[in-house]
Amino acid sequence: MNEPTVSREALFELHTDIDVAVARRGVRDWAAELGLSMVDLTKVVTAASELARNAVIHGGGGEMCLQIVTERDRQGLRMMFRDNGPGIAEVDRAMQDGYSTGRGMGLGLPGARRLVNEFALASTPSEGTCVTIIRWKK
Amino acid sequence: MTADRIPILRMGRSLLVTIQVDMHDQLAMTLQNDLAEAIGKHNARGVLLDISGLEIVDSFIGRMLANTAAMSRVLDAETVVVGMQPAVAITLVELGLSLPGVHMALDIERGLALLQRPVEILA
Amino acid sequence: MTAVVPNIAQAPMAKPRSEFRRLLIERRSEVLSAWVKEQLREGRSESLPADELRAQGDEFIGLIAEPEETDSILDHGSEGWAPARAFLADLSRSRAQQGFSPSETASFVLAFKRPLFAMMRAALADDAVQLGEEIWRATELLDQLGLLTMEEYQRGREEVIRRQQEEMLELSTPVVTLWDGVLALPMIGTLDSARTQIVMETLLQRIVETGAGIAIIDITGVPTVDTMTAQHLLKTVTATRLMGAECIISGIRPQIAQTIVHLGVDLGDVTTKATLADAFRVALARSGRMVTTVPASGTQRRDS
Repeated sequence: MNEPTVSREALFELHTDIDVAVARRGVRDWAAELGLSMVDLTKVVTAASELARNAVIHGGGGEMCLQIVTERDRQGLRMMFRDNGPGIAEVDRAMQDGYSTGRGMGLGLPGARRLVNEFALASTPSEGTCVTIIRWKK
Repeated sequence: MTADRIPILRMGRSLLVTIQVDMHDQLAMTLQNDLAEAIGKHNARGVLLDISGLEIVDSFIGRMLANTAAMSRVLDAETVVVGMQPAVAITLVELGLSLPGVHMALDIERGLALLQRPVEILA
Repeated sequence: MTAVVPNIAQAPMAKPRSEFRRLLIERRSEVLSAWVKEQLREGRSESLPADELRAQGDEFIGLIAEPEETDSILDHGSEGWAPARAFLADLSRSRAQQGFSPSETASFVLAFKRPLFAMMRAALADDAVQLGEEIWRATELLDQLGLLTMEEYQRGREEVIRRQQEEMLELSTPVVTLWDGVLALPMIGTLDSARTQIVMETLLQRIVETGAGIAIIDITGVPTVDTMTAQHLLKTVTATRLMGAECIISGIRPQIAQTIVHLGVDLGDVTTKATLADAFRVALARSGRMVTTVPASGTQRRDS
């Protein structure tokens, strides 16, 4: 991803299910302010919910960095989900539908990726995971 | 800001639940447990879950809906999920969730009509 | 991404603006005149009038000579270059829309070389080393400008295409109400993922508006059905079901039926019918209706 400019940023702690709900509301509010369509808003908030929960349940807790970004002639919402958990040993498998190590359905990552425009996953076993997603405004 | 419990109303032999708040995970689990208890307590034959006010249904809530339907069936009650918003339906499909085994209806009126049909059609 | 320019000729004041741009400001109008002449010479016959070229050129020279921080127009972090980038973007895109070719659009920048270098050769005649360095910097900047022009030109063309595609998409997914509670969606053309999104949104929205319980998707006008198309169809059917309505797929030609079986596509328990008429009959039956023939009576009343 080329580096877009950040015009607004907020940090959300992710340690409990209430944190996940708060993060959801944050993304929802910013998405509405940005003027995303109803469908795009629902998609990005849902993706954020999946990834935030992953950080709490599989990552042992972490944080979400929410940003409004601008690139050339478009604006978007970017979220970075970081945790210091066990990391994902096999990223390729994790990105296939049906992969699951935890209690989840195993649909988290590939599903979330389909809901956003840009998706990047960086994970080191025993160091942590960082998932970055961007939803651009049409 | 966060509700303690989601109320369960009784309508004849059916239970009606209207979810209007964005539920955090614990609240959703509490609802599932409360429903199981209520079905048993009132010997309910049907459960109506009105999600017309839910803007976000992620995989956790999706799973909760599916589990509720399965659990109700074991307790000899049928569940109908009512009023899913178009944006939610589109998102769920993109996530890869189709909620098989969960009956759906456009609105409460149709949901009730569905519940009143003979059990063989629903199963 | 940004060009690394060795800042050899650095004044004590440490202003990175290089010599050739300083010279440009000094000898602005002579360069401008030569440049306009060059463009007129190279350009096409119906090209822009001379005074318009001059005005554009004048503005452009001002924009590229001014920025103080760096020499690189591609340095997106540098705000000083933003007006120049914006100017080039506008120019390229409007030329694209006016139907100029990519080369004609780029000639705006490329025709700048000769007058610029001629001016520099004259001004730095005594210092061959510095002349060499400055020509290198100027070349780098002009290359960047040329690239930018091409990119923005591309964007302009893509914008036109995208708009046309959108219009076509909207026109080609009408949702019709066949009867109370029964919608029909005649699909014409291929069903790709972008189209599927629009189809789903339109159909589901209409279901909410009308409270229709049945939607007939007719694929008579869909030329081929491959695995992807089938998946898109299934997505639409699933989304409809999640809302509490149901879909019937009609217009399945024999070849399509064969392809579906051959590909092993699982349509689940979706009802499929060969014709829209059959599907309609099924839809009516499912909503508790049927069509009967009314016997002709002796006295006929005219509807007013």
